[in-house]
Amino acid sequence: MGGYGDVQMIDENGIRADGRKAGDLRPIEIETGVIPVADGSARVIWGNNHAVAAIYGPMEAHPRKIQRQDRAVLDVRYNMAPFSTSDRIRPGFNRRSREISKVTAEALESVVLVEMYPRSKIRVEIEILAAEAGTRCVGITAASVALAHAGIPMTDMVVSVASGKINDVVVCDLNKEEDNYGEADLPMGILPNSGELVFLQMDGDLTQEEFQEAWDYNMEAAHDIHRIMVDALKGGES
Amino acid sequence: MNSRPVGQLDNMSIESSADGPRDTQRTLVVVPGEDLGSSEGIEAGHGVLVVGDRIISTKQGKMSRKGNTVSVSPLHTRYMPRPGDLVIGHIEGCTNNIWFVDIGAPFNSILPMSLGPAKVEFGGTRKILDIGDSIICRVQEVEETHQSVVTMKGMGLRKIRSGALDELDPHLLGRLIGKGGSFLREMKMQTDCRIVVADNGRLWIDGELENILEVRKRINGISSEAKMIGVDA
Repeated sequence: MGGYGDVQMIDENGIRADGRKAGDLRPIEIETGVIPVADGSARVIWGNNHAVAAIYGPMEAHPRKIQRQDRAVLDVRYNMAPFSTSDRIRPGFNRRSREISKVTAEALESVVLVEMYPRSKIRVEIEILAAEAGTRCVGITAASVALAHAGIPMTDMVVSVASGKINDVVVCDLNKEEDNYGEADLPMGILPNSGELVFLQMDGDLTQEEFQEAWDYNMEAAHDIHRIMVDALKGGES
Repeated sequence: MNSRPVGQLDNMSIESSADGPRDTQRTLVVVPGEDLGSSEGIEAGHGVLVVGDRIISTKQGKMSRKGNTVSVSPLHTRYMPRPGDLVIGHIEGCTNNIWFVDIGAPFNSILPMSLGPAKVEFGGTRKILDIGDSIICRVQEVEETHQSVVTMKGMGLRKIRSGALDELDPHLLGRLIGKGGSFLREMKMQTDCRIVVADNGRLWIDGELENILEVRKRINGISSEAKMIGVDA
């Protein structure tokens, strides 16, 4: 949250710089089966974000010390390609990618029936090829579709979306400028069928009312995104 | 956008088939978390879960109803071993009296010395089967923890010394084999190759080189065709 309060990102009619209204999402496209050698894969193009997720497994967990006797472990690796942003990203794991991998694993573990595969590992690889704000949400959504495509048993699919505050107005699905110069950001992971929450982070400050408004936007958007995910799994290559 | 209630049990009809009237299934593709209707009087089969009084799907796949049982057969899945399955495995490691075999399942199998292809002295496992060798074996037992034991005692179970190995998704094996094995038999006749189709989706093809290549071409054809139209066996 840059705190550049004088940057005008939404006009008096509630139209944002990219022409969207407060509750509008960026265009989303989802495709499955993009990596033939993987057990399951998905590509999500969300605005200018491009993410690819690949699933390998369940497989024997190595090294053995990571094995859990009663369940499978999700080995999630979120990575941004060096060329994904205008500033080159140093390749390899960093503090940020480690954090996002961890929250993604925790969000996905709550829906995957990990008890069915004790002592095994499910490898989830998320690669961000182009980044434009909200990559963790795109990554979780892509991983969720890829898990379903891989035939991994799950109770629901996780839909992740973020809302935030720009110029004191709560809006849904921030783009790059809104994320950089906005005042707050609230990414959430939602189970669309039950309305449960599996992942919540907040950056910046929101009042209780603003938080509720952002929450409502996310919940509403989750259903729209879920429909696109279902269409991708039912329609295209399956 | 798919807003109609997909996969509702109530939408299913009773149709007649060659075996007489029976509950048939309109094959509907469902996704994880999809509500498949009320669980009243319904038994949960594979790939579904009863949550409260509803049945939900846990996999992406085709829903089917046989009698009172509702199940979802996944479109993509890893091979899960079952006792009696014929599998092609690769030796991944060995100790003095056990081989570890990769059979393409979530867990490696073990092949004890006593179930090996020949009489082995304690400590002589690598002389018989070395790391990297491929074998045709049969799943003897699968424990609750998914650990499985394979055996090489039986007809046709052997170390693979010639030919080529190929892989096909396990759910496409039905398409390769055809009704009553017709498609596979035809392919064997036409190409004059020996083909062993293992339940874990691996195939052993033995014969002249051109013939092997022809078989592999056809198998790849099945695979890519299935990917284009999204079918399962």
